[in-house]
Amino acid sequence: MSPVVKKKGTRYHLPSKYILLILTILCVGLMLITLTTDLFRGPLNRVAGYITTPFQAGVSEVGTYLNDRVDELAQIRDLLEENERLKQTVDEQSLQIIQLQQDRYELNNLRQLYDLDQEYQEYDKIGARIIGADGNWFSAFLIDKGENDGLALDMNVIADGGLVGRITAIGPTWARVTSVIADNANVSGMVLSTSDRLIVSGSLESMNRSGEISFSQLIDSPNNVIVGDKIVTSSISDKYLPGILIGYITKINTDSNNLSKSGYLTPAVDFAHLDEVLVILEVKQTVQE
Amino acid sequence: MWRKIVIACTVVICFVLQSTCMQWISLGNITPNLLIIITAAYGFMRGKKSGLLVGFFCGLLTDIFFGEVIGFYALIYMYIGYANGLFHRIFFPEDIKLPLFLIVVSDFLYGLTVYTLMFLLRGRFELIYYIGHIILPEMIYTIVLTFFVYPVNLKINRKFDEIEKRSEKKFV
Repeated sequence: MSPVVKKKGTRYHLPSKYILLILTILCVGLMLITLTTDLFRGPLNRVAGYITTPFQAGVSEVGTYLNDRVDELAQIRDLLEENERLKQTVDEQSLQIIQLQQDRYELNNLRQLYDLDQEYQEYDKIGARIIGADGNWFSAFLIDKGENDGLALDMNVIADGGLVGRITAIGPTWARVTSVIADNANVSGMVLSTSDRLIVSGSLESMNRSGEISFSQLIDSPNNVIVGDKIVTSSISDKYLPGILIGYITKINTDSNNLSKSGYLTPAVDFAHLDEVLVILEVKQTVQE
Repeated sequence: MWRKIVIACTVVICFVLQSTCMQWISLGNITPNLLIIITAAYGFMRGKKSGLLVGFFCGLLTDIFFGEVIGFYALIYMYIGYANGLFHRIFFPEDIKLPLFLIVVSDFLYGLTVYTLMFLLRGRFELIYYIGHIILPEMIYTIVLTFFVYPVNLKINRKFDEIEKRSEKKFV
């Protein structure tokens, strides 16, 4: 009898070599498809989101609760000292406020003159809680609101009055926010005082080193831009709404071409302690070709 | 069948823990990599096939939530799982040195691959900086975590081995 008689009932097992090959081809195929189309984004996000988001929301709820309790205990003494200090500053600042109110009155008048209301209009916002974060390489995180709450791709996310990032992937109950400090993020910004445009690029290295991100391509021949100037999103950005604060300039260098300048800025948002964010329910208007 | 369900649950639980719990225990913005631990562990505990499948699904979840393109992390994790499966023949459950060594090397290769494909190709050339500040710290932190995570997975795996052996005996 031939030695290769197949026993009844034994199932045929595919060798792992072939599984590896098949899955490799599948992965490469998926990569090509996601690079060229957005065919998979919808259904895949939906299924995976339904499985993991409830867990993530629950686990991060517990974690935030525990963290908060620990922080509370640690902070009581600091708070007492801080309270003393703050009482003093309140007195000083109430004087300043009166002055600022006068300035504001003047500013409002001037603004009406220039008809700039539209630029500073209030956007509709919705609060969201951070429920998960990426590993060590890119600063992306997940929030607990999604399409069901009226969010959409490319909506801007802010916190502490500064720009956090924008939504780059979305499911029914979750959304991924890619932050402006991520190494692969670039934002078109502008210096608030002089309206000079520049490009803000996230950087893992300088963020780790000194909590700064870099900017480049600033054209400023009269040297008007100084350290401490505010950088806001520019009106020509196709993803970000204009006039959102990104950060403050900390360092300016002249490039070797003697034309443009580059340097570093400190983001306005404290990314290390980000817990809740606001999503602006408005997408930048773009021209369809 | 039960084993498959448990492995699937392990992958989902680890992914959820990776994106939530691991962020709270991060030191200096560095989080340990739980997914590498289970991918490598299933690779050398159960062989090439388990390793590559666990790796594929770990990577796929990462891709869906955090990846720029779907399939990128799946590919990396899958090959790491498969490569660990090659060491299945010389793996003994009593010995902790080989698993530790394999997990450390896996995490290093993972870091190096991500750096090469996502950073080097975009002109971030400071390899030493990234090794010193991201890859090595992550590796060390992952070793520490291995001491807690790996024995649990090993125990689960042995339990299933025993159950399978018993039912085989009953059958004969």
